Amino acid sequence: MTSFLAQAQEPMTRAEVLADDPVWLILIKVVALFGFGVLMTLFMINWERKVVARMQHRTGPNRVGPNGWLQSLADGIKLAFAEEIIPTSADRKVYWLAPVISATPAFVAFSVLPFGPQVSMFGEQTYLQLVDLPVGVLVVLAASAVGVYGIILGGWASGSPYPLLGSLRSAAQVISYEIALGLSLFAVVLYAGSLSTGDIVDAQQGGWFALLLLPSFIIFVISMVGETNRAPFDLPEAESELVGGFHTEYSSLKFALFFLAEYVNMVVLSGFAVTLFLGGYMAPWPISAIGDGYFNTGWWPVLWFVAKMLIFLFLYIWLRGTLPRFRYDQFMRLGWKVLIPANLVWIVMIAGVRAINTSTDVTTGQKVIFGAVAILLIVLLSLLIPEKRVEEDSGVPTTGGGYPLPPLDLEVPKLTPRQAALEREQRRRKRAEVGAGASTAGGSSATTTDGTGKEADDGNV
Amino acid sequence: MPDDIAASGGLDAYLPLVMLLALSFGFAVFSVAIAPLVGPKRFNKAKSEPYECGIEPSPQPVAGGGRIPVKFYLTGMLFILFDIEMVFLYPYAVAADAVGMFGFIAVTIFIVAITIPYVYEWARGGLEWD
Repeated sequence: MTSFLAQAQEPMTRAEVLADDPVWLILIKVVALFGFGVLMTLFMINWERKVVARMQHRTGPNRVGPNGWLQSLADGIKLAFAEEIIPTSADRKVYWLAPVISATPAFVAFSVLPFGPQVSMFGEQTYLQLVDLPVGVLVVLAASAVGVYGIILGGWASGSPYPLLGSLRSAAQVISYEIALGLSLFAVVLYAGSLSTGDIVDAQQGGWFALLLLPSFIIFVISMVGETNRAPFDLPEAESELVGGFHTEYSSLKFALFFLAEYVNMVVLSGFAVTLFLGGYMAPWPISAIGDGYFNTGWWPVLWFVAKMLIFLFLYIWLRGTLPRFRYDQFMRLGWKVLIPANLVWIVMIAGVRAINTSTDVTTGQKVIFGAVAILLIVLLSLLIPEKRVEEDSGVPTTGGGYPLPPLDLEVPKLTPRQAALEREQRRRKRAEVGAGASTAGGSSATTTDGTGKEADDGNV
Repeated sequence: MPDDIAASGGLDAYLPLVMLLALSFGFAVFSVAIAPLVGPKRFNKAKSEPYECGIEPSPQPVAGGGRIPVKFYLTGMLFILFDIEMVFLYPYAVAADAVGMFGFIAVTIFIVAITIPYVYEWARGGLEWD
């Protein structure tokens, strides 16, 4: 009873408003979110093809529908009526299950993304968000982690070498970059003081975390691309090495589900990035100042949210159109040896700054000591980084064609004076035997034309 | 305390999430199930062999307890180490202002303790891919 009274007096929190939603409203939101995911996928495939085409001086799809915008829909319908080929070596049950495991969690992650503030939907006050969980951030991480199961089971169940290798790569890649991704969220959670996505958006009213926590933002964006297996980190489906990667043996709608999962994951992580770092659904600065924050109320924020999301989706396309694919060892090195240590140092730094600023009993002198210790630690840590090894090259020098060459500084060994004298004596005797008429001319020619003789003369002088 | 659970949403708060899960799961199962029904069936023995760019399929790498490069297992183990670190860091991040300086020093010791094996692993070459 007392808690009920307290609730009536205070303004209801986001979670309480959402918990009050009637079932029909929840159903509308669920269907809308699902539809949003599918529509964004169809749009994204087309957009990607068009933008990449423009980057390569082509036109891209322009036949189906206005300006070719229905191409991906046509492709999707066509896939449904394509023949399904299951290899004889496949493990049938797991083969069927894998696309389902891949696609389902991708959609679930949508549920915690806040699309807008409190609005009135059909006379019911609610937030434009499905649920506001106290652990919302973890739901997105968990969903992207479960998605790996779909990929690795799909590759394994195909019973074929290329899919197996692709799925193993993918699993190693996703778990490596998930650490970088998770650690980059630490700073955001620290400054928002909550794991709830709604609270994180509210905490950014003073300024976007992308500006305040720039290193975290950069690391997040890099690992976001690695997490979704997109170019330049699309090693699981590197067509030049692995044919198609984990979905080589998939066809028809099962293949379409993998495709859908990949694109929905991109959309979800873009929305997640917007929520965590770009102020979520709130309007960007000059617009937010208009009319005392009018554009931050009602249905307007959906526009800002989708617009910011499209920035990240464009970034995905841009990267794909610009950068060549990484080599696998380079890729793992970037994750384990650059992103994670940088993240750890940054976390300790920011947590320290936060702890010092919030605690009252720290004097300025102590702050200086703390700063000095921190800098000392960073210097010591940087000493631990091993020096770059210079590869020794003592082999036979090769030209561009790769053919071995003999050493170019080859020297003809000089004769000793005694050897030279003996040789001269021998030649003189020979000439004396051949004829006396040529003896004077032959003597001079022996010193000029004969290579070894000339060398010997030089040695004597 | 039941009141606290109710205030933080409780398990009821997860109901919409479960509904979205059910819808997407249903959609996925429907797609997987409908595909063989609406698609054509033109059987061909060569089509159902595992794809290996046209050459004779190699002996299956997975069927008879085949081998997988050990690097992947090592990566998995490293992941567990860091994932646990990550999971322990989140509660601190949420409660950082409440635990103050003491909490920061404790968490720094924790991070250093994880970093020592990490540096060791690096020095031993465990992070080199090949």
